[in-house]
Amino acid sequence: MTTPVRAYRHPIPRTWWARRRSYRLFMLREISCVFVAWFVVYVLLLVHAIGSGSDSYDQFLDFSANPLVVALNVVTLIFILLHAVTWFGSAPRAIVVHLRGRRVPESAVLAGHYAAWLVVSAIVAWLVLS
Amino acid sequence: MVDRIVMEVSRYRPEVETEPVLEAFEVPLTREWAVLDGLNYIKDQLDGTLSFRWSCRMGICGSCGMTINGDPKLGCATFLVDYLPGPVRVEPMRNFPVIRDLVVDLSDFMAKLPTVKPWIIREDELPVGDGEYLQTPAEMDEYQKFSMCINCMLCYSACPVYALDPGFLGPAAIALGQRYNLDSRDEGAADRRDVLAAPEGAWACTLVGECTTACPKGVDPAGAIQRYKLTAATQSVKELLFPRGAR
Repeated sequence: MTTPVRAYRHPIPRTWWARRRSYRLFMLREISCVFVAWFVVYVLLLVHAIGSGSDSYDQFLDFSANPLVVALNVVTLIFILLHAVTWFGSAPRAIVVHLRGRRVPESAVLAGHYAAWLVVSAIVAWLVLS
Repeated sequence: MVDRIVMEVSRYRPEVETEPVLEAFEVPLTREWAVLDGLNYIKDQLDGTLSFRWSCRMGICGSCGMTINGDPKLGCATFLVDYLPGPVRVEPMRNFPVIRDLVVDLSDFMAKLPTVKPWIIREDELPVGDGEYLQTPAEMDEYQKFSMCINCMLCYSACPVYALDPGFLGPAAIALGQRYNLDSRDEGAADRRDVLAAPEGAWACTLVGECTTACPKGVDPAGAIQRYKLTAATQSVKELLFPRGAR
């Protein structure tokens, strides 16, 4: 069977993603990578400022206290949480683990990811605060 | 209870219309009538020219995939009472060329499906006299979910990646490849790799997840694809680290 000449193809509108809630959520998740990239740049700027002496660190603190930067970072935090939660949510479907011949339940794989996140966060907090 | 409902059915007759139009039909309504029953009533009683595919009426044959009020559904498993007071809009599956009314052209999938070699591949085929290849229930559990696919194409209809890039191998074909890769009797994973791990294979998927939502048989193609990505990536790393030993 071949496609007849007169077969109709629905055009795909540019706003196809606005049509369904799940598509919109997907697009938000895709856009979250921009904010992840911004956070990486921000951390590099912070490290650079610390390495360049106290004056430049104070300048960086002033820059960070700018309401626009604070607002951007709040939005960034929200997007990074969305990124992390959706990433962890999909992980148990990709990672199938067997222990002693039995399949580890998806909920355990998910819990393992959150536990690892907690441990890494605790280590970072300990490093920063001590 | 209301005993009638209006069905707005997409009509496309290439000799008449240049693009699909909606036509309204009022059909009787009983509690157990599916959308497919409504379409059959229209064809039998109101307009015999209406074209649509159907066969088993029980969610097995995979023929009656359509777009019902914007969602990809099987016509036989979607009940008219759930759309009261109506109207209920019935359109062809998205992302496929429409041949006539609700009938779409599935040639693209039919060409892609055999490329994933959805059959058991053995390095050494045992003689029939040696009996069947045995499998434990646990080994069967590994792939059984992916074997429930009825090729209804609702996952392709739901997939925006397939809409934007028709070269994408697609959810059902990849899930079927995985179904055989995960079968303990199969030894063909390496043979399927060129197609499954290609840029137009599993890697084209951006995990929208709508294929799994749309699947009427609980196959979870999105899960199969993500799992295959991990397998393919692990394999590539192994080959990089152990160029001679990895298989």
